[in-house]
Formats: sequence, C-alpha cells, structure tokens
Amino acid sequence: MDLSSINPILLLASLMVAATPIMLAAIGELVVERAGVLNLGVEGMMITGAVCGFVVAVGTSSPWLGFLGAAIGGALLSLIFGFLTQFLLSNQVATGLALTLFGLGLSALMGQGYIGIKAPSFPDWYIPLLGDIPVIGPIIFQHDPMVYVGLAIVGAVWSFLKYSRAGLILRAVGENHEAAHALGYHVVRVRMLAIMFGGACAGLGGAYLSLVRVPQWTEGMTAGAGWIALAIVVFASWRPGRLLLGAYLFGGVTVLQLNLQAAGVAIGVEYLSMAPYLATIAVLVIMRAGRAPGSLGQSFHASR
Amino acid sequence: MTMKTLLAGATLALGLATGATADGHEPTTVGFVYVGPIGDGGWTYEHDKGRLAVEEAFGDKVETVFVESVPEGPDAERVMTQMALQGADLIFTTSFGYMDQTIAVAEKFPDVRFEHATGYKRADNVSTYSARFYEGRAVQGHIAGQMTESNIIGYIASFPIPEVIRGINSAYIHAQEVNPDVEFKIIWAYTWFDPAKEAEAANVLIEQGADVILQHTDSTAPQAAAQAAGNVVTFGQASDMSEFAPFPRVSSIIDDWAPYYIARTQAVMDGTWESTDTWDGIGPGMVGIGEISDAVPAEIKASAEALIERLRTGEYHAFTGPITKQDGSVWLADGEIADDGTLAGMNFYVEGITGDIPQ
Repeated sequence: MDLSSINPILLLASLMVAATPIMLAAIGELVVERAGVLNLGVEGMMITGAVCGFVVAVGTSSPWLGFLGAAIGGALLSLIFGFLTQFLLSNQVATGLALTLFGLGLSALMGQGYIGIKAPSFPDWYIPLLGDIPVIGPIIFQHDPMVYVGLAIVGAVWSFLKYSRAGLILRAVGENHEAAHALGYHVVRVRMLAIMFGGACAGLGGAYLSLVRVPQWTEGMTAGAGWIALAIVVFASWRPGRLLLGAYLFGGVTVLQLNLQAAGVAIGVEYLSMAPYLATIAVLVIMRAGRAPGSLGQSFHASR
Repeated sequence: MTMKTLLAGATLALGLATGATADGHEPTTVGFVYVGPIGDGGWTYEHDKGRLAVEEAFGDKVETVFVESVPEGPDAERVMTQMALQGADLIFTTSFGYMDQTIAVAEKFPDVRFEHATGYKRADNVSTYSARFYEGRAVQGHIAGQMTESNIIGYIASFPIPEVIRGINSAYIHAQEVNPDVEFKIIWAYTWFDPAKEAEAANVLIEQGADVILQHTDSTAPQAAAQAAGNVVTFGQASDMSEFAPFPRVSSIIDDWAPYYIARTQAVMDGTWESTDTWDGIGPGMVGIGEISDAVPAEIKASAEALIERLRTGEYHAFTGPITKQDGSVWLADGEIADDGTLAGMNFYVEGITGDIPQ
C-alpha cells in the first residue's frame, strides 16, 4: 500500500471531469421530473447524443458544433417520448425504457462508419490568474470548457426554478397538473419543453463522453451512466444544489476507487462501488424532504 | 388494432421466411454469442471477423447468426437456448463468463455442438478453445520494460480469472527480465468493456506515474487516453488498434479466430466434430503480434522480434524457470517449463508483483 502515490490535487481534478457527464444528464432529468414526467430513457438519449455529437464533430471538425448537434439529437429523440406520453398518453415508465433500448440500437446504427475514428481535440482551458492559484487552480480552473458549461447549466436551472415565474409554473405543473390546468396553464406544452430540455442535456452528457472523456465512438459507450443520472436525481431529492453534491459523490467514488486500486490498497472495490447507491437508499429512507413532485409519472389529459 | 394486425403479419412473415430457408438446401447454422458490441474495436470485433470469414469460406452452405452485448450470467443461457431452438448446429460462446451457462444449455441440446472460448469445462458436445495470449504478453512486457522511463507500468485488468492473471505474470516476468527496477500498478476494472471506465483507469495510472499502459479490457479508450497524455506507450489488445499507431500504440496482440472457426464449421459439416480442448499460441497463428512501430528503438525491436521467433518455434516457453511465486515459494526450478494444468488454473502472482489478487 502506498497512498503517497495518490495526488489529491489530480484526484479532485479528475473527479470534476468524471462527474460532468452524469451531472449534465441528471440536471436535464431533474427538470423533466419537476415538470411531473418520469423519463427513464436517459441512457438512450445520452448514447444518441454521444453518437450525434461525434458525427457532427468529425464532420465539421468543431467540437462545439458537435455538442450542439448532440443537444439537438438528444432533444429530437426525447420528442418521440414526449409525443407518445403527452399526446398518446402512453405509460411513461414503459415508454422511457423503450426509448433507452431504441436509443442504444439507433446509436449503434448511426455510428457504423465512425468506429476507430478520432474526435477533433477539445483542449483544456487554462484560465489565466485563477488557474495559477496553488491547489485550487489545478482542481477547478484548468478544465475543458464543458465542465464549466455543465456547472453553469446547474446554476441556471437552480435560479430558474427558484426565482423565475416560468420556473414556478413548471413546478406547479409537476406538483398538481389539474390545478395548473385549472389556472389556465398549458400543461402539455410545459411538459414538452421540459422533456426537450432533458433530452438536450442528456445529449450533452453523452457527447461529453464521446468527445472529451473517452474521446471516440464505441457502441454502448455510456455503459449505464444514464441510470446513474436517474439515481442522482432521486439522491438529490429533486434539488439542483444537492444534485451537484450527488454528481460529485458518484463521480468521485469511481475515481477514488481506481486510485486506491492503483495505489495497492486492499479494501474491496465492491464496497466503494456500491457506496453511492447505498447513500441514495439512505437518503430516501432518512430524509423526509425527499418528496417526489406530486404528479410525477402520471399522464394528463385536459378533458378530465 | 391495425397496428396489432400489422405486427402479427410481420411476425408471421418473418417466421415463414426463416422456415423457408431452413427447408431449402439445409445450410449449416453457426451461432455466435458475443460479450461486447461487434464494433468494440477489440475482442468481439475479432470474433466477428472470424464469423465473417466463415461466411466467406462456405458461402451459402452456411448461415451465421450472432447476438452481441450479451451479459455474462443467466441472460446468456436464454440467448443460447434461443439459438439452439432456432436450429443452430454449432454455437460459439465467446467469453469466459459463459462457461456454466454453456454447459447447462449443452445438456439440454445434446445434438447441438458448443464451443466455449477461454473456459475449462467440457462435455461430449462442448469443446473449449483459447489462445495463448500470454505469449503475446511476454512480448509486450519485453518491450514495455525497456520503453518505460518512470519504471512504472500500468495494467488495466478486467476480472481476476486465470487468463488475466497469466497475462499479468507473463508481462511482469519479461519486463523485469530486461528492467529489474520495473514496478506494476494494477487496476481491476471488473468489466470487459466500459470505455469511460477504461479511460478513467488509464488516466489514474498515468497520474500515478505510469508511462506504459497494458490493457486487458476490450475498448480503445485507454489508447485515446494515452494519446491525450502524449508520452505514454500502449499496446493494442485483442485487435491491432492500428489507428493509434505508430504512437502511443507500439505493438499489439491480435486474436485470429478465423482459421479455427472455419475448421470447426467444416468438422460439423463433415460429421467429424469431436469435443476437444484447443489452446494455440503464436506458432499456429491464433495469436498474432501486430507490427512493432518505429517509435520503438531498433535494437529493442530486434530483440522483441527475436523473442517472437523463439516463442513461435517453441524453442522458448514464456513460463520457464526459475520462477518464484509472490509468497516466496518456488514454482518452477531452473529450466523447468510450466505445465498447462497449472497455467489454466493460475491464481497467484509471481515474485515482485505487489498487491493481492482480489478474491
């Protein structure tokens, strides 16, 4: 055992990178669920975003356009889910699961010609002055831009839900769609917009894997990240602040687990791997504040 | 309702179509069960190349089916049963974790032949086949030990099974032979295929000072991570991964299953198929060594090629004594060669490797 070989600065820095894809996907799903829709298709939208982003980035040699393409791809896929659940009133759980399976297949098909190709490079930002601060600089201020975009989205969602009128309407739709309808709000329209935002964020998260973290296209490359994002939303009790904590916890455990192994620590990696999930269960059991939005997962039809 | 009718019609048509081909000229049906997607660029990709070679070799006398990304465990049993029910004559199950499922399904279908890769359980209708990847690992260790400047070699291992442990030991022995100061840092990823995790593992190893990364997982993600780091050497795993040559990928182990798959399919057609245990190495060509790139200095390349030649002719065995186990007990005396039984069940590290094998 040689713990000195673990560099805590590098560990925390890679934690921020490891947390970014699941954080992006989770913040999108959080908005969807706050609007009262349960979309279990996060994994499918992520992987579709991963392939769309990769295809666009390779085609245009611009990672930024790639991320844009990923967001559009994820949002388009989520529209299928939105149409089925909001207009045809299909079961949200079953439709979400189907969306995951569909997304995995679709992405494999779209990515056929892109295996073994390299993504255009997406260099880290070295933020002047801030990046020079000892310890904190390398941890927080020397990453690729998407890390900051992710944080900005979380901040924006937080202030949107807390302070804006539109955020209040979105929450009202999620808590009690019939009351919101009675007040004259267009429940289905609000939900469709939320679903599209969720799809776009999941797409960005997927593209972060294919363009930055891995960075290349391989089939099935999200390998369950979408499910972790769903767990984070529950862990966070549907609050953006706690979601940040959850993403760093889940991301951090992955990185820490690998670091401990490389340093030769003999504790079971299984325990670390299951730790975030145990934490999610504990949060659900202990925290009463973790109440799901009132209309979560229920179909709404204006005639009732 | 119309949707339902449509679907029912489609299913019926599909059933008729498959039925029709079965009644025609009776092609031999060969099934393949894959652990990853065929586009993983590594392990499954090479098995699928083997499948395509079978199609090419036999044309319309053969029909192949495959199912990709089948999880190891009960799901695999379901997939194999389905294949057998659909009339497969020969089924290749291409991952260690399918071992018990293969045996269980084979019992239910005595007329179907099964071939399980990298396992050790056989039956009258179950053969096993594997490649002596450790010979390739010896070459990797030989190059890696000389290429490293930090004397730290990172190893991304998958599951603690004999095949993987053999690879680690073989690479270590040959790295240590050329560089006594070399140290191995080993990460168990507990997956065959998870690009994000593999990339993460590679990054962690690089952060902890490794400048050579060996991988026993299937994706090319560690190659990309090494490329981003800039000064880290890697080796292609299972497939050539030549898109990362000449640097960071300086060489590779290539699994060439095609000749075996063709031979076994032929045996089924001729009715000469028997349960066997095949374990071939560089000599018969089941293990190929990808071209050593120019990033490797000429004298290292020359000595590596000499080692490949000695392994190929059988003049040298990768596990030749004296070799001591990690616990200090003697495994092989001077000049003694490891027997296949011990190799097949290898569950110990050799002396010099730190850390424990997870249980």
